[in-house]
Amino acid sequence: MADLDRRAFLKAGALAGALALTGCAGSGMRPARGHVVVVGGGYGGATAAKYLRMWSARGVDVTLVERAPRFVSCPMSNLVIAGYRSMADITLDYDRLQHHWGVRVVHGEVLAIDTAARRLRLADGGELHYDRLVLSPGIDFLWQEVPGLDSATAQGSIPHAWKAGAQTVALRRQLEAMPDGGVFVLSIPRAPYRCPPGPYERACLVADYCKRHKPRAKVLVLDANDEIVSKKGLFAKAWAELYPGIIEYRPQSEVRDVHVATRTARLDFDEVRADVLNVIPPQRAADIAATSGLRLINQRWVEIDWLSMESSNTPGVHVLGDAIFPAPTMPKSGHVANQQAKLAAAAILRLLAGEQPDPAPLLMNTCYSFVDARSAIHVAAVFQYDPASRVLQPVAGAGGVSGARSELEGRIANGWAQNMWADMLS
Amino acid sequence: MKKPAALVALLLLSGSPLAQTADPERARNLAATCANCHGTNGHAVAGSGIDPLAGVDRRSSLQKLRDFKSGQRPGTIMPQIAKGYSEEQLELIATYLAAQK
Repeated sequence: MADLDRRAFLKAGALAGALALTGCAGSGMRPARGHVVVVGGGYGGATAAKYLRMWSARGVDVTLVERAPRFVSCPMSNLVIAGYRSMADITLDYDRLQHHWGVRVVHGEVLAIDTAARRLRLADGGELHYDRLVLSPGIDFLWQEVPGLDSATAQGSIPHAWKAGAQTVALRRQLEAMPDGGVFVLSIPRAPYRCPPGPYERACLVADYCKRHKPRAKVLVLDANDEIVSKKGLFAKAWAELYPGIIEYRPQSEVRDVHVATRTARLDFDEVRADVLNVIPPQRAADIAATSGLRLINQRWVEIDWLSMESSNTPGVHVLGDAIFPAPTMPKSGHVANQQAKLAAAAILRLLAGEQPDPAPLLMNTCYSFVDARSAIHVAAVFQYDPASRVLQPVAGAGGVSGARSELEGRIANGWAQNMWADMLS
Repeated sequence: MKKPAALVALLLLSGSPLAQTADPERARNLAATCANCHGTNGHAVAGSGIDPLAGVDRRSSLQKLRDFKSGQRPGTIMPQIAKGYSEEQLELIATYLAAQK
């Protein structure tokens, strides 16, 4: 978009926003108007952009700022590592968001946010003004907790593959190049981290690959946690029944550092040498959330108001997904980010119309994990807003996990991905 | 869009003290929690193997949801999910999705 167009677009948005603000509150069904900037085009941000346009009947202007030219899904990416899917299968574009829904997609990097002036600065020198900002920036890694990994070279040798894309490809290549009889070491950080069952699913699928192609290879899981943190019984059963002698699990085994040249993981009292070393580092809210003055909990995760997903100390900034301090038992999942995006979109449209957000929101989670090429298991939960604690609380008696792994749930998991991606991007 | 139907349903069904400040689009918001698996506004992706809910008769989908919630109807995940919604919420969802074309 030419600069002139961009300015005209922004002016129109700002004017509409100003008009919305000058209207008197409580005047009923006034339509929402204004300009919402969404930062981050993943499960949370893409969903927010689409639903803001859809639910405002295209009355609210939406600009989505995303670094990557295309969306690459973390869910299903473990199947790529095992060789059951290609990168093309988990890569989608923003075309429909742009051309059908009329979201302005800017591929760029946000450098700084001036939350007082409601303005953000892009790396290419551009500026965007917003009436409301949606931040769905995902995670960044705490490299200081694994200092040896703090360089691009180190991350090339010891991939995390915890942001899908080039890292996924790197880990797949290393697995393919691993000798039969080699050891694949997978390190899991202390919870909370992105996608609680993801590392255990990865252990299954890497073991599945080894069983087929490198029957003498081993998968060693070094878990910083006291036990498997998600779907414990189901993963333990899958490991024992499907991968006996392949997967070895060591709880309370926190990787403190790595030696890159020898692919060695250093623990408190031990060292482990690997043929493929896959360290998932500890995480916090992505840099842009951590450096914009938003209040953090434990110096890691953004504190939000659950009626609107708005930052607890920064008006006008709504934060979604893995970057926030979660409600009790609420996982950092793509599914939850999508649901939070809809909660935020509904609240933002109310706020832009001079109304209050709905006082009784609800959201739910579903996570499928593959334990082999075809069989999957799930965990599910429903969260209702509790006015006393002012938090979305899990509904007692609802939710749960699969009775047993099944190919039926594997088919449903594939259907989940298709419908989820369409719900975000189509 | 079938806003009128959703609104009528909300007016008929919302007896809670919070009703006066509730989002008039609460039915839409609740139904959106189904979309991850069943498609935006209940329009599941063709060939995804997951049931579309758009335009499904209100009474039959509500009965299904009630049976999942009570445990009468078996399933993998829906019995667990349906238990998290109130009767009023299930009614709003079934009404909203039935009105989708």
